[in-house]
Amino acid sequence: MRQDNFIWQRKDLLGTYDLSKEEILYLLDTAKSMEEVLERDVKKVPTLRGKSVVTLFYEPSTRTRTSFELAAKILSSDTINISVPSSSATKGETIFDTVKNIEAMSADCIIIRHNMSGVSEFIANQTRLAVVNAGDGSHEHPSQALLDLLTIRDYKGKIEGLKIAIVGDVLHSRVARSNLFALKKLNNTVNFVGPVTFVPQEFENLGAHVYHNLEEGLADVDVVMVLRLQKERMGRCFYPSEREYAGFFSINSSTIKYAKEDVIVMHPGPVNRGVEISSDLLDSKRSVVLDQVKRGVAVRMAILYSLLSGGRIEDSNK
Amino acid sequence: MSKRLKKEVLIFDEKAFQRVIHRIASEIIEKNPDLDNLVLIGIKKGGSYLKERLKKDIEDRESCSIYSGDIDITLYRDDISKIGYHPKIETTEIPINLDDKYVVLIDDVLFTGRTVRAAMDAIFDFGRPKRIQLAVMIDRGHRELPIQADYVGKVVPTSRKEIVEVYFKELQGKDCVILRDLNETR
Amino acid sequence: MKIVINNATIVTSSGVFRKNILVKDCIIDKISDDIFKEKGADLVINNRELLVFPGLMDIHTHLREPGFEYKEDIETGLTSAHYGGFVSVGVMANTNPVNDNSTVTHFMKCRAKQTGIPVELHPVAAITKGLEGENLTEMGELKEAGAIAFSDDGKAVKSSEIMRRAFEYAKTFNMTIFCHSEDSTLSREGQINEGEMSIMLGLKGIPREAEILGIYRDLTLAKLTGGTVHITHISTKEGVELVRKFKKEGVRVSCDTCPQYFTLTEKILMGYNTLAKINPPLRTESDRLAIIEGLKDGTIDIISSDHAPHHRDEKHCEFDRAAFGMIGLETMVPLCLELVRIGALDFNDLAEKLSRKPHKIFNLPTPKIKEGEEAVFTIIDPNYEWTVSEETLHSKSKNTPFLGKTLKGKAKYIIKGGKSFELF
Repeated sequence: MRQDNFIWQRKDLLGTYDLSKEEILYLLDTAKSMEEVLERDVKKVPTLRGKSVVTLFYEPSTRTRTSFELAAKILSSDTINISVPSSSATKGETIFDTVKNIEAMSADCIIIRHNMSGVSEFIANQTRLAVVNAGDGSHEHPSQALLDLLTIRDYKGKIEGLKIAIVGDVLHSRVARSNLFALKKLNNTVNFVGPVTFVPQEFENLGAHVYHNLEEGLADVDVVMVLRLQKERMGRCFYPSEREYAGFFSINSSTIKYAKEDVIVMHPGPVNRGVEISSDLLDSKRSVVLDQVKRGVAVRMAILYSLLSGGRIEDSNK
Repeated sequence: MSKRLKKEVLIFDEKAFQRVIHRIASEIIEKNPDLDNLVLIGIKKGGSYLKERLKKDIEDRESCSIYSGDIDITLYRDDISKIGYHPKIETTEIPINLDDKYVVLIDDVLFTGRTVRAAMDAIFDFGRPKRIQLAVMIDRGHRELPIQADYVGKVVPTSRKEIVEVYFKELQGKDCVILRDLNETR
Repeated sequence: MKIVINNATIVTSSGVFRKNILVKDCIIDKISDDIFKEKGADLVINNRELLVFPGLMDIHTHLREPGFEYKEDIETGLTSAHYGGFVSVGVMANTNPVNDNSTVTHFMKCRAKQTGIPVELHPVAAITKGLEGENLTEMGELKEAGAIAFSDDGKAVKSSEIMRRAFEYAKTFNMTIFCHSEDSTLSREGQINEGEMSIMLGLKGIPREAEILGIYRDLTLAKLTGGTVHITHISTKEGVELVRKFKKEGVRVSCDTCPQYFTLTEKILMGYNTLAKINPPLRTESDRLAIIEGLKDGTIDIISSDHAPHHRDEKHCEFDRAAFGMIGLETMVPLCLELVRIGALDFNDLAEKLSRKPHKIFNLPTPKIKEGEEAVFTIIDPNYEWTVSEETLHSKSKNTPFLGKTLKGKAKYIIKGGKSFELF
């Protein structure tokens, strides 16, 4: 019997902006199948045996890197981690040379995180290796958005026609952008909520509704996604103090009441307990934060499976 | 032996289909007296439907409940980097640990043997069975690996330009087995 | 030396005519309605398609020597200007060492002469020492060494008080302050225009108000001091408005814009195109149209290139790290001709903006197409199509977003100093 065959055409996964609705759903469905492997005693399948995956992180991250590494290993590929402290990058090798060297060592895939926007696209155009964007500056973080969508779908039974509020420093958030692009492709309503310094009006051009207070921004939403308050921003006068920010924008057991009764609360992590989200809400049934993490490995397995198996794009006319 | 006069040949009609299932079920019972430790595992998708039919037949006859599961072999294929497309991954469901169990792997058609090899790799990730046997509806020849079936509905010699299709009532509305040319579309 | 130009369209201040020109040695001997049949002419040009302009000047270029010769040097820079059709260029001071003292000014002029390339190098010296914005340079001496104006371009002068003094002091020597107008506290760390593209690409934006506030400050100080101000590379519609307003009030202001601001918009930054990363940044379509309006109604006096060469490694990197700037000397002519093709300007306007005003505003002898005048012509073939590529560009660096594009129009001949040069 013939199986449904989807032809994944992309060499890289750089963001959700360019993904079609079909591609997004394909990745979510594939992730679902990968979840079963994670339930087994022997969490290993031979699918990507012999492939090498290099994680190249210019920004520190334990969570995302570990998640990708596990995903790669469960699929039987080999992983290498390269940590580049950003200070040495200014004096040493250019990112272009680093990537070319990795390519010369016959690796198959680079998973890159960088603090500057556009970097993953830049290197993807320079190399034949598959490039996975694990976060570029304030631009995109596609694997996070996909695992967020998967989590929402599991809890809400669907991923279309929902209302989602994203609260916090949207301006500097790649998680917010990737989620916005993906959610809009699937016909959802997205509210961005935060002080004007964090949520400028221009986001309306990208399809979001802009709100500057929780009562309006959370009204009737099915999902609240809370973003981390980054303390570096205080230095640039984006907000005066944690106390004030928490006072007006913290998601806690009283402010969550503005949303729907069965709202779920999400956070990409790491969490500042008591600041952008209250401890009691974080530990309550509404919070699905740990479930997000669980799905992260499955989603990243689906991404690596799509990019690294199925032969080269040139061979896909069989 | 069905003669090839038209482009499509009926190997089993509905009645023959059901008789074969009944016979294979009998043979399995005969060779596996310890039904408590028998596990029927279907290879998705065709094998799963066949497994369900065999399971029902055995359970009806012996008035007992038989363990069963399903395997999707997509992640274990040996040609995954060569086929140029991504097959949809179904879910594997093996509800029990397979240590010391008598496993009967079930598929609708046995061809090159690679699918069965992949299924066995998957099985070993779920435990160490005492024995694995293979049951198939049709053996169409052209083995590329040293794999053989213990229970066979029928051996049908085919050419590489032909395809054997097993239809199930639950899926396509009728039970039958058809041999046809690869180029003909239905 | 005799040069005959028959059947050409000449662009003069009294109009655009089909005429025939005879040049003897360095002087325009005769302009006639009849064809010249001179015997023994060294060069005879007979081509109805060609346009004879007075020699063109690009007042805003960066030639990077001394100090940054890996990007461009005076020789390659003047060669690029020559092939771009220019007979003189204004050269900015952000070299290393900075052109804030007469030694560097002399060096630049001598080096230019040494190369023998027929392009006059006119230094625009610094306003403040080291471009630090703290202490004024010795403007009197710099003028004597050949500086035609003063600018800290690359940067703006931060302190309004210092800028005021600069205007006043420059007035002593009848010199213009050439302003890169920007409020750098607003634009700090910005990468591209603040707006739709910056939000989508996740890049820090440069708000238009950085330029608007900068221009307003510089114009107000010019008004206060009675000084002469030239605002360079205007990119916003509000900037054009401000110049219009202050001109009406009688302030001695002139301004220029660059072809990128009337040809491109921020949309080409899609995909993180570092070749389009410039300061001021590319803006929106309504700005682009307002710039064209400003050129049409004369608010914008001059078109310059802001030729800013950068080495390949400085553009082939992460967007945030890429240097700001694009080259422009060789794409000026075809892009300016587009303005005529869309009906915004005529050839006479182009001559004003690319030749007469640049020379006049900086008190340089203005080339004229008139009998008895020195023969300094840029002869352009407006229909010649050519592709911008590493091979066709003469500057050392090739950082332009027009790479790969086919443009229409190129300078074919330069007549200067009694000599003729055929460029292609």
